Amino acid sequence: MKRYSAFAIAKQAMSHHLGWERAWRSPEPKKKYDVVIVGAGGHGLATAYYLGKNFGIKNVAIIEKGWLGGGNTGRNTTIIRSNYLQDPSAAIYEKARSLYETLSQDLNYNIMFSPRGVIMLAQTQAEIRGYQRTAHANALQGVPTEWIGPRRVKELCPIMNIDGPRYPVLGGLWQARGGTARHDAVAWGYARACSDMGMDIIQQCEVKGVRSEGGTVRAVETTKGVIECDKLGIVVAGHSSVLADMAGFKLPIESVALQALVSEPIKPAMDVVVMANTVHGYLSQSDKGEMVIGGGTDGYNNYTQRGSFHHVEETVRALVETFPMLSRLKMLRQWGGIVDMTGDRSAIISKTPLGNCFVNCGWGTGGFKAIPGSGWAMAELVAKGEPGPLAEAFTMDRFRRGQFIDESVAAGVAH
Amino acid sequence: MLTVTCPYCGINADESELSPGGEAHLKRFGPGSTDADFEQYLFGRQNPRGVHFERWRHAYGCGKWFHAARCTVTLEVFGTYAAQTYEPPQDIKDAITAKRPDWVWEALS
Ligand SMILES: Cc1cc2nc3c(=O)[nH]c(=O)nc-3n(C[C@H](O)[C@H](O)[C@H](O)COP(=O)(O)OP(=O)(O)OC[C@H]3O[C@@H](n4cnc5c(N)ncnc54)[C@H](O)[C@@H]3O)c2cc1C
Ligand SMILES: [Zn+2]
Repeated sequence: MKRYSAFAIAKQAMSHHLGWERAWRSPEPKKKYDVVIVGAGGHGLATAYYLGKNFGIKNVAIIEKGWLGGGNTGRNTTIIRSNYLQDPSAAIYEKARSLYETLSQDLNYNIMFSPRGVIMLAQTQAEIRGYQRTAHANALQGVPTEWIGPRRVKELCPIMNIDGPRYPVLGGLWQARGGTARHDAVAWGYARACSDMGMDIIQQCEVKGVRSEGGTVRAVETTKGVIECDKLGIVVAGHSSVLADMAGFKLPIESVALQALVSEPIKPAMDVVVMANTVHGYLSQSDKGEMVIGGGTDGYNNYTQRGSFHHVEETVRALVETFPMLSRLKMLRQWGGIVDMTGDRSAIISKTPLGNCFVNCGWGTGGFKAIPGSGWAMAELVAKGEPGPLAEAFTMDRFRRGQFIDESVAAGVAH
Repeated sequence: MLTVTCPYCGINADESELSPGGEAHLKRFGPGSTDADFEQYLFGRQNPRGVHFERWRHAYGCGKWFHAARCTVTLEVFGTYAAQTYEPPQDIKDAITAKRPDWVWEALS
């Protein structure tokens, strides 16, 4: 792989940029791999990358039914933070956030990580108490966050109206080292690095069945034929129940649509990320100048990557009180992704009833920020067959044992 | 917008008039059941890519709970029926098989 650098750009400029090599190969599948990962979203690709980097396992295929990064990884609003309440969440999200800080260098691919700071607004008394509690928990977890008053919120984000009649801004939880990154670049950067290690990323190839014998997976049946494997990792977000069904087990997951929209591009108006959980809206400005807006999920099961229109209206209506300038913007695009929601709104990184099959799912509305940490933890699980310290609380049998990682109350609309 | 006909008042209601109530026909387990049964009742879900049975409430209308059979891939509604039943009535099953010949009713656990 030719490395990207300022020097390489200068050199390519001499030859009209015709000499760049492809970022990743598009091979035909081999008959057999040590590890097959289903799903080339951020989590699947990161799993493969850390399998190679941390454990030297490189005979790996990542199988994707569409194009890599075309699932939720390419559809999210790219908020990165690690200010969760529960210890297992703080540990894995903070691991991910800290890996994001140096990921561009690590992958030699500019993922445009922008630690611009994230404010989670408190607009009710209950939220004040909740976020102050989270700030204390974060202090114990070693995650730097801070409770700030309304005046500081206004300083950080001047376009905000903090005296709204219905939901005045009463303060916020501020994580200065949170921010955003370019979602496609995260997928592309991992893909390029995986391909460089000799791994096969097989796109336009849908897994249709899982072949197992006596509790052990032997192969997956795909639209490009049968591919054998020693170990299988299922990392397909909204389609996790479908894959689990093929493998013969059931997951505590429901798939629902989550939507986002962007406005026309405008001059720089805000340089932080703001989340307003009471009104189910969140907002940041992309490098292109668009205001990026996300909302809440639909309440019913859905596999269409299309959400309900009235949710868009509700989200924008709610945000306009706090951000009056939004009312004068035209919205350019709106889209949806199918997110995988668990009962306690926390992820699953787990062994399954099949001995050599592992599952990573349930990131729901908030897994972009987790990609590097989740891949790190999943790679360890796949390589060793047992979860390491980051993953051990995220087993799927926690629902039987009643040991939830309950972020549903803590995080409101987690993202 | 998704529209669903309330089987009680007959109104073809917009989804914004309804509250979704999750998967239907769950078998309830309580005290005395095994941990595995209780877990499946609380958290295990079919979450099918295709025909799905679910509970809805006509929240901003007559207020009644009812059942709907719906496709999660096309968002097509096959029919709605009363809440007081453990499985879909025959006419709903027929309406589904007319459009999805491969579909078979499996009692949910
Ligand atoms: C609108 C929206 C906004 C969001 N905002 C944020 C945010 O601000 N911050 C944040 O942290 N998170 C956010 N999220 C959540 C985040 O996007 C996801 O949690 C994360 O991207 C999941 O990554 P993944 O790799 O698990 O899944 P995906 O990127 O969805 O990848 C799964 C892949 O599996 C493939 N697949 C499925 N079935 C098969 C099959 N049978 N065979 C082969 N391949 C298959 C799919 O095609 C897909 O590419 C948001 C999500 C949405 C939809
Ligand atoms: Zn009614």
